[in-house]
Amino acid sequence: MAATEQEILDGLAEIVNEVAGVPASDVTLEKSFTDDLDVDSLSMVEVVVAAEERFGVKIPDDDVAKLATVGDAVSYIQRAGVSA
Amino acid sequence: MTPSGHRDAPRVVITGLGASTPLGGDAASTWEGLVNGRSGVRALTQEWAQELPSRIAATAAVDPSEVLDRVEARKLDRSQQLALIAAREAWADAGAPDMDRERLGVVVSTGIGGAVSLLNQWDIMREKGFRRVSPHTVPMLMPNGPAAVVELELGAQAGAHSPVSACASGSEALSYALDMIRYGRADVVVAGGTEACIHPLPMAAFAAMMAVSRRNDEPERASRPYDKGRDGFVFGEGAAVLVLESAEHAAARGARVYAELAGAGLSSDAHHIAQPEPEGKGAARAMRLALADAGLTPEDIVHVNAHATSTPQGDIAESLAIHAALGEWGGHVAVSATKSMTGHLLGAAGAVESMATVLALHHRLAPPTINLEDPDDAVSLDVVSGEARALPAGRIAALNNSFGFGGHNVALAFVAADA
Repeated sequence: MAATEQEILDGLAEIVNEVAGVPASDVTLEKSFTDDLDVDSLSMVEVVVAAEERFGVKIPDDDVAKLATVGDAVSYIQRAGVSA
Repeated sequence: MTPSGHRDAPRVVITGLGASTPLGGDAASTWEGLVNGRSGVRALTQEWAQELPSRIAATAAVDPSEVLDRVEARKLDRSQQLALIAAREAWADAGAPDMDRERLGVVVSTGIGGAVSLLNQWDIMREKGFRRVSPHTVPMLMPNGPAAVVELELGAQAGAHSPVSACASGSEALSYALDMIRYGRADVVVAGGTEACIHPLPMAAFAAMMAVSRRNDEPERASRPYDKGRDGFVFGEGAAVLVLESAEHAAARGARVYAELAGAGLSSDAHHIAQPEPEGKGAARAMRLALADAGLTPEDIVHVNAHATSTPQGDIAESLAIHAALGEWGGHVAVSATKSMTGHLLGAAGAVESMATVLALHHRLAPPTINLEDPDDAVSLDVVSGEARALPAGRIAALNNSFGFGGHNVALAFVAADA
């Protein structure tokens, strides 16, 4: 069964906290990974790999650049989870 | 004392010190450990160490994870963490000069670099697949990584460098920094060395070379330079960083000066990839070149911080080299082998021992050599044994020697600051 939006958001918040040290409560849908959350291009790879493992989805490298905000990532993971 | 060999070049002084070593998490506690003859060598209790021929090491007294922020630390190899800690301390100790960052340089060396990060990622890749290899692996393993980390920390833009020459790397870094200021490339250079490779593979590799002590049941007595019972060096980890500054720049901002780095001498043995040249000819030439570069005579030298790693051959070759370089005066200098306490910090050794040499001049006190119970008859030096020894008043000078696999020899000449 696919995770809900809230479950994905909570999971991403934990991952971003682990990788970048940003408080989980600051990780909200409208935030940009690079501009708001101190996640640079290298750390973004860590976020993506951790999210893949946690949510059982595949996020190809070509799609990573499209994930500008936390909301983008939540939607992507939700769709990928449904089709998986 | 004659004027410097570089009369037109700026004089270079040391205005800041920082360290994280087996004796302490900062420069002051390291110095306190040195003058009190404390050993930083411990038994390794990890399971992986139990099968190794050498199961002892001089581990960092304060783990970097106790000092650095978790998120900051996770992107850095341990050698980079130690360098960052030492650099922050040195910079603060120098009074954090408010200066044009295009005139600030960095030279931080390592002998082995981020090999442990590389090995850890290899384990992850084999266990979990290539996609789990950290995107931070390359910045963590590259040997210029520690210099880059310090450059980023301080915003230094005059250049960041990492000359690598095995166990001479830390001293070569200071020599390079001296050149940067003399050539006018920078007014201040933050320079030093770092190493952290206490891991089964490097330890097994050095053991395979028969280079390390196997005195596993007596860790604190294992590093014993010049003693008949010595059987190799003891692995150590840590970092030291010094702030070098043109004397003019330091005077203009009223900085405290510990000592002058008056000259450097470098040579290579062209003899063997890992064995010292038995008569120490290359090492002697490095010392003579350092004296000439500094405009010093042998009689100006009151103290030598020897490379003395506690290997059977190396300690003798260096003893011969000191006599060859200083002539009749060779038996009159107070020689300290501080690796008896710190172990061998490989690429950080030259920096840690330069700091020890600078503080010996500053406090006019030569640290002891511990574990020297049965002196080797082949070594005819005035070794400071047992207790620290006072150094004379007046304008005194000292040498720090560092030698590395590959036949790299670096000698640095320091002069005490005007009293």
